[in-house]
Amino acid sequence: MHSRFTTLAATLAVASVFLAACSGGESEEAAAEPTVAEVPEFEAGTTMAELAEQGTITVGTKFDQPGFGLENLEGDVEGFDVEIAKIIAAELGISPEKIKFVQTPSAIREEVIEGGEVDMVVATYTINDKRRERISFAGPYYEAGQQIMVAADNDEITGPDSLKENPDLTVCSVTGSTPAEQIKPYLADPGQLTLFDEYSQCADSLSNGQVDAVTTDNVILLGFVSESDGDFKLVGEQFTEEPYGVGIAKGDVAFCEFINETLAANEEAYAEAWESTAGQVEGAETPELPEPQPCS
Amino acid sequence: MEAVTENLDAYVDGFLTSLSIILWSLVGSLVLGLLIAASRVSPVPPLRRFGLFWVTTFRNTPLTVVLVFCAFGLPELGFNRSFFFFGVLGLVLYTSAFVCEAVRSGINSVPAGQAEAARSLGLTFSQCLGQVVLPQALRTVVPPLGSVLIAMFKNSAVVGAFGVGGDLWSTGATLTSARGYETLPVYIGVAIGYLIITLTAGALLQVLERKVAIAR
Amino acid sequence: MSEQSVLYDAQGPRARRRTRIGTVVALVVIAALAFLAVRRLIDREQFSMERWGPLIDPGNEAFDAVWRLIGTGIVNTLTAAAVAMVLSIVLGTLIAVARLSLGRPGRIPLIGLVELCRGLPVVVLVYFGVRVLDDVGVDLSGLPGGQVLWGLILALTVYNMVIFAEVVRAGVNSLPRGQREAALATGMTNGQAMRLVLLPQAFRVMLPAIISQLVVVLKDTSLVAFIANYDELLSQGESIQRNLDNPIQTFFVIALIYVAINYTLSKLAEYIQRRQGRAGRSTVQETDDTELVAVRDGA
Repeated sequence: MHSRFTTLAATLAVASVFLAACSGGESEEAAAEPTVAEVPEFEAGTTMAELAEQGTITVGTKFDQPGFGLENLEGDVEGFDVEIAKIIAAELGISPEKIKFVQTPSAIREEVIEGGEVDMVVATYTINDKRRERISFAGPYYEAGQQIMVAADNDEITGPDSLKENPDLTVCSVTGSTPAEQIKPYLADPGQLTLFDEYSQCADSLSNGQVDAVTTDNVILLGFVSESDGDFKLVGEQFTEEPYGVGIAKGDVAFCEFINETLAANEEAYAEAWESTAGQVEGAETPELPEPQPCS
Repeated sequence: MEAVTENLDAYVDGFLTSLSIILWSLVGSLVLGLLIAASRVSPVPPLRRFGLFWVTTFRNTPLTVVLVFCAFGLPELGFNRSFFFFGVLGLVLYTSAFVCEAVRSGINSVPAGQAEAARSLGLTFSQCLGQVVLPQALRTVVPPLGSVLIAMFKNSAVVGAFGVGGDLWSTGATLTSARGYETLPVYIGVAIGYLIITLTAGALLQVLERKVAIAR
Repeated sequence: MSEQSVLYDAQGPRARRRTRIGTVVALVVIAALAFLAVRRLIDREQFSMERWGPLIDPGNEAFDAVWRLIGTGIVNTLTAAAVAMVLSIVLGTLIAVARLSLGRPGRIPLIGLVELCRGLPVVVLVYFGVRVLDDVGVDLSGLPGGQVLWGLILALTVYNMVIFAEVVRAGVNSLPRGQREAALATGMTNGQAMRLVLLPQAFRVMLPAIISQLVVVLKDTSLVAFIANYDELLSQGESIQRNLDNPIQTFFVIALIYVAINYTLSKLAEYIQRRQGRAGRSTVQETDDTELVAVRDGA
């Protein structure tokens, strides 16, 4: 009994050293954060002027997505989306601690933008025309693609087509997300699709064997793969293109152009944002900033 | 309202799935609830205590938490069944506590003289309970048991959020977020679906209450 | 519990032996089930300190953060429940008084409202409160606590006020008719009789039912967890286990907290009811008992 406790204590000690090392790394990153613009000048009446004036910005993001937006126990959110929001905010003269992050699961992203509860949404948000009817997008700032994640010892599923061949296989995704709709043509039976309101619940269900596969954008899955210590793997090719954009109020062309210019002007910060978050996952290459789509 | 009319088939499917959740849970919670009630009034002390423990636990835990345990906890322990099974299981466990209490209050409402008379005739515990007390208790039990069950019908909506999919509640979620319909008309449709179930059940309950009403 | 049940006789030697055998069998079965459960938990390494440490070991580095989250969760859950409760008592009383004092034509829309609100799942009402209201342009974000909290409160209020209306109505109707007649005879108006004589007495009778209903409201606050973002107890549990990957342990603690709070409330209700019973209100109490069961079924 005694020896077991010693081992435990040793493990904890090692863990705390490791954690200390990690947090040390974090503070270095914080030092490398984008420089906050001193006194930005904006045309009166624009969203930018308004935000710079009030000195704070409310940003919707995911709270449950490793690599993109994950809330830690202290209540801070970490990830690529969060860093992108910081780059944009910095150009408005708003420092990171003045950004208020609110949780926006897939299903409510349009609502919160329309309702004006957030100034923008950076939440693995695929640009598409259906959504453009309700809001506008800046960007894209990243090109993702949908893929399939399975347990590491699963050889049966090799891609989306395996789901059609064997109607007993189940796949999990998130209610109201694009991937949930896009997987449907690959299913033999609609009952194969299990829907939750968060991807972390899908990942839980995959690890305890309740579902056979999880599908969504590759980068989101990569985050879960890296967290799982080798329990999960990705299979098959990307079978869709998912340009991630920044969701803003419909028709705010000036704000959209401002975001696109900001991203283009901060290439270094962009690369760093990637490398310190989603880029830490094995097999993730630092992306080039994609060509922005026209603002409307 | 075209959100509803355009997707009427989705609503009908959802309605039927909800009905099947309700029917399975109805059978399950009645059986389990009666068993727990029997152990709560039995002469065997550990059974009584077990019944009390059961009722205290499930009456004071939110249904959502019970469902979280069923949908995520049980698979974590290596029990793998469909989410439909876990959803119904959670609803049955939760509702059984309320069924038990409704039945027990019915048993307690039977005048003590009835049981005493039965005993003086030499009936055993199970005879006394099964042939004298329960048949009379059934009448007083109908209204509270009915409202417990109608509450369960409504609670079946919560099950939809735990991976069951395709029930009335999830239909609403799919229509609003994936297909981009406005929330108001879609959920008015969902609400109407549930009202059809609960109001019908309420009306049936009233008929039943009148049938078994006692003229004491 | 030790009281003699009316269902069976004081036991003779043979019956006692049978009960003893039953006791042993029951104990063995319960112990066997418990053993199987514990073995399964051990097999799956559910007792490891890695999973439990952040919850029970104050020396663990996540302990403070975890309990801070849980603490906020408890406060938020209680806030939503308490505010919804107060609002539903106030509105419920108003509806009940209206129903008792209005004539037949006035009553019909009220009965319709009551049936409508009682016929809907609470989770659908919460959805309406939290998401639909926002969508159709009702802005509650100016209120302290924000849109989601007030949407939730509103939904719980709508659901519970009609239940209270029924409780209050039953409470007033259970009072002896002489009470109202005497009040009118002393020259009070109808309103005064209701306010000064009938309602205070009815509330006294209803107090246990009110506390029991608080349990229902408290549990229902957790429904918001999968509709929107409000940091109540269940949501906090979700976010803890997302970080620590220990769902069983975290939700066990969360469940325990719910049970502790709700059990205390139920006991309080029973205690008050017993005290009232002793004060010689046995006739009212009997109807009240079935009312309690009916009322507690909320969700």
